Amino acid sequence: MAAGKTKKQFIMSAGKDNPVFAQILGICSTLAVTNVVENTVVMCLGVIFVLACSNFTVSLIRKWIPGSIRMMVETLIIAAFVIIVDVVIQATLPGVSRQLGPFVGLIITNCIIMGRAEAYALNNPPLPSFIDGIASGVGYSYVLLIIAVFREITGSATFWGYDIPWFSDWWTNWSIMVMAPGAFFALAILIWIIKTYVVPEDPGGK
Amino acid sequence: MEGMTGLIAIFFSAIFTNNILLTNYLGMCSFLGVSKEVKTSMGLGAAVIFVMTTTSVLNWLVYYHILVPLNLENFRFIVFIIVIAAFVQIVEMIIERVSEPLYNALGIFLPLITVNCAILGVSLFMLIREYTFAESFFYGIGSGIGWFLAILAMAGIRQNMKRSKIPKGLEGAGITLIIAGIMALAFMGFSGVLNIQ
Repeated sequence: MAAGKTKKQFIMSAGKDNPVFAQILGICSTLAVTNVVENTVVMCLGVIFVLACSNFTVSLIRKWIPGSIRMMVETLIIAAFVIIVDVVIQATLPGVSRQLGPFVGLIITNCIIMGRAEAYALNNPPLPSFIDGIASGVGYSYVLLIIAVFREITGSATFWGYDIPWFSDWWTNWSIMVMAPGAFFALAILIWIIKTYVVPEDPGGK
Repeated sequence: MEGMTGLIAIFFSAIFTNNILLTNYLGMCSFLGVSKEVKTSMGLGAAVIFVMTTTSVLNWLVYYHILVPLNLENFRFIVFIIVIAAFVQIVEMIIERVSEPLYNALGIFLPLITVNCAILGVSLFMLIREYTFAESFFYGIGSGIGWFLAILAMAGIRQNMKRSKIPKGLEGAGITLIIAGIMALAFMGFSGVLNIQ
């Protein structure tokens, strides 16, 4: 596979075909983990890992999966990688693991992963599938990070758990941003901005 | 929380104060996708109530009576997913045989449910909060009803909004998320009434 084509495909998955605002997939975790930046980063790394590995594995065995049970096979592959992520997070970052709670396990039902396996990995060779997985994961992650930074700064006037100089002193916390409604509003506003300004003018860009 | 009062508290807080959709964001994908018509969202909601209740009970039994004695707790994700998928498949087959109208009403929604994160989410929350068998049952049914209420309200609002003028960038998902946010605000009004855990 030519490097140029790979690069183009990478930009497509991370930009124009972005899973979150172009296809509205994987919203559950987008909203749930984005009130603190640190949790979001951990969650994003987990999703990228699972997405890339499951895409690679599905693509490797795509010729041997019977069509009628392919969903089941894909789910099991995804679940296996999610278990790895869960165990690693529990062992290395127990605090974050407690805060994320069930949301690490819910990576399994994150529609993005299933969607990429169905749409891309089933019809393409392993290496491009792996890259597609990483690209979709990165596309997903930067949207999550934008929302997380916005919500943490406005909601608790901190960044990564630390105070921001010159800012935390006078800022009144918008506590609604840390709670459920804030997540809905933040994502809606982001989708609005992107649909109005970014996508129509510059397709393929970020 | 002891006995019956504890169960009732769990039931109502799962519906209102800790609504699985509006406070834990689970089941958003189908919530955004299927909430255009009241009729279809009612069908999906009913199927979710049924599957959520039964799978939370089944997963409780499987976890505490099979996985824990065998020290296989780390495999819970795989096992839960298999239980849910298998259960949905069986229900679909039974409904198809037994009742034609019920199958027409619920049948098409059942496969969607396997990948509804709310179903798996309920099973995982129930483990983290260390519920007993009866508590899991009431939590499952309460969460199902809460999800049903939320999607029904959303479908009603969206049906009435068909002819309203919406800024172009907000059409579709954007406006649905804003409505969901306002609904979440409304449900926060319940938050002092009851508390889970």
